[in-house]
Amino acid sequence: MTSKKSQKSLVELRINGETIEVAFAPHKTLLEVLREDLALTGTKHGCELGECGTCAVLVDGLPVLSCLVLGLEAEGREVTTIEGMATAAGLHPLQDAFADLGAAQCGYCSPAFLLVAKELLEVNPSPNRDEIREALSGNLCRCTGYIKIYEAVELAAARMRGEAVEPATESIYGFEV
Amino acid sequence: MNPFEYQQVDEPATAVDAISRWRGSKFLAGGTNLIDLMKNTVEQPPKLIDINHIPLRGIEQTPDGGVKLGALARNSDTANHPLIRKNYPLLSQAILSGASPQLRNMATNGGNLLQRTRCPYFMDPAFSRCNKRTPGSGCSALEGFHENHAILGASDQCIATHPSDMCVALAALEAKVRVRGPKGERIIAIGDFHRLPGTTPQIDTTLMPDELIVSIDLPPSPYGSHSHYLKIRERTSYAFALVSVAAAIDVDSGWIRGARLALGGVAHKPWRVEAAEAALAGQKLSISLFEQAASRALSGARPRRDNTYKVEMAKRAIIRALTIAGGLA
Repeated sequence: MTSKKSQKSLVELRINGETIEVAFAPHKTLLEVLREDLALTGTKHGCELGECGTCAVLVDGLPVLSCLVLGLEAEGREVTTIEGMATAAGLHPLQDAFADLGAAQCGYCSPAFLLVAKELLEVNPSPNRDEIREALSGNLCRCTGYIKIYEAVELAAARMRGEAVEPATESIYGFEV
Repeated sequence: MNPFEYQQVDEPATAVDAISRWRGSKFLAGGTNLIDLMKNTVEQPPKLIDINHIPLRGIEQTPDGGVKLGALARNSDTANHPLIRKNYPLLSQAILSGASPQLRNMATNGGNLLQRTRCPYFMDPAFSRCNKRTPGSGCSALEGFHENHAILGASDQCIATHPSDMCVALAALEAKVRVRGPKGERIIAIGDFHRLPGTTPQIDTTLMPDELIVSIDLPPSPYGSHSHYLKIRERTSYAFALVSVAAAIDVDSGWIRGARLALGGVAHKPWRVEAAEAALAGQKLSISLFEQAASRALSGARPRRDNTYKVEMAKRAIIRALTIAGGLA
């Protein structure tokens, strides 16, 4: 494909399992195409430079930063945003666990955390705390901190493994034993 | 971001042809250190040539027992590849100590070699003086903020450092960079690939503007697990090295047959220290030997007002990395 300066290209994208035709200029990032041309505003603008992880989406199943990917590069790839995480059956177990444990405060970073954690649990259904910490290390949260987020990923993982687990009753700075 | 033209190519010859026709155009691979610089207008290519569809993603054993890393293999695929984990753990450690998981999923091996410096005066055009961005404009870092700047090999034109971790390991492993230009392929030793700033700090590498990196070739390694990448940084995710050390020792029952030592965060290029390697060769493993090697490695250091700490930090990091690599930890 070739595109001229500022001239819109008509591109077929696969977003959350749907094929969508969308026209945009070559300099638009995937983040901008998602938010501005497709009204999928669940993916958030952050630093715009790859430092904060807030714009993460899954491309062909892998977490990448949509602020540093051109929309044109996403042609022919499978893109998953936070809007594609819940199914007709309900919220994803990670979404439930984040809600149950209050693993969000302002919530701005949550979409990216959820998608990155989703990929982690697909690759590794029983991650330990260090593996969770490493997988989420590219995502910044500036209000809640990370403990509740780690605990929510552990809770969701246990539920997805079919274990009968209850949320910890007190989880602000660690588990209540 | 300034508007640009965009073209996808799917083979090396087409890529080289396309970039030869458009002065100032750039190849787009992972984009992690191009799109960001385009957003703040440090880079303003009139055209991007998207090379992601060229089949250069393989990681393969070579007949000599080495490994060929495709230029477009992702950093995460490279670091986690069984051949790399087993034969070049130093390289895995270095890659995994850099950036963040999402960035490593995007960044390519070829692109990692071409990272620009993270000097704040280069990255932000609000600062008018930067010889690397605007040749002849001066260097604000000389008298300004230079805590993170070079202590070795710098010039009075530029004291920026090279940001890559991967390249420090590649320097210790004596990798070769295979590139393709209009006249065919040539091979550049990793030690010759990155430049010192001198009077032309705007030129980072010896890669020509119309050349495409096709692979990074690793020779067979005798070091295996007798190697260690030690990175000192201000936080453990998405932080560049204040100082890093790639240490590799070829050990035979307590004696050092040969060693390789390279430093990151201290110079305009990955800084291999052959004098220190020579001091180690043929000697018995010991901490006092490592202390001598560290002193020798930093003997030419020329720190500035706010980065003198790097000299002692680098020495201690070398001793620590060699101690771990040698199994004395």
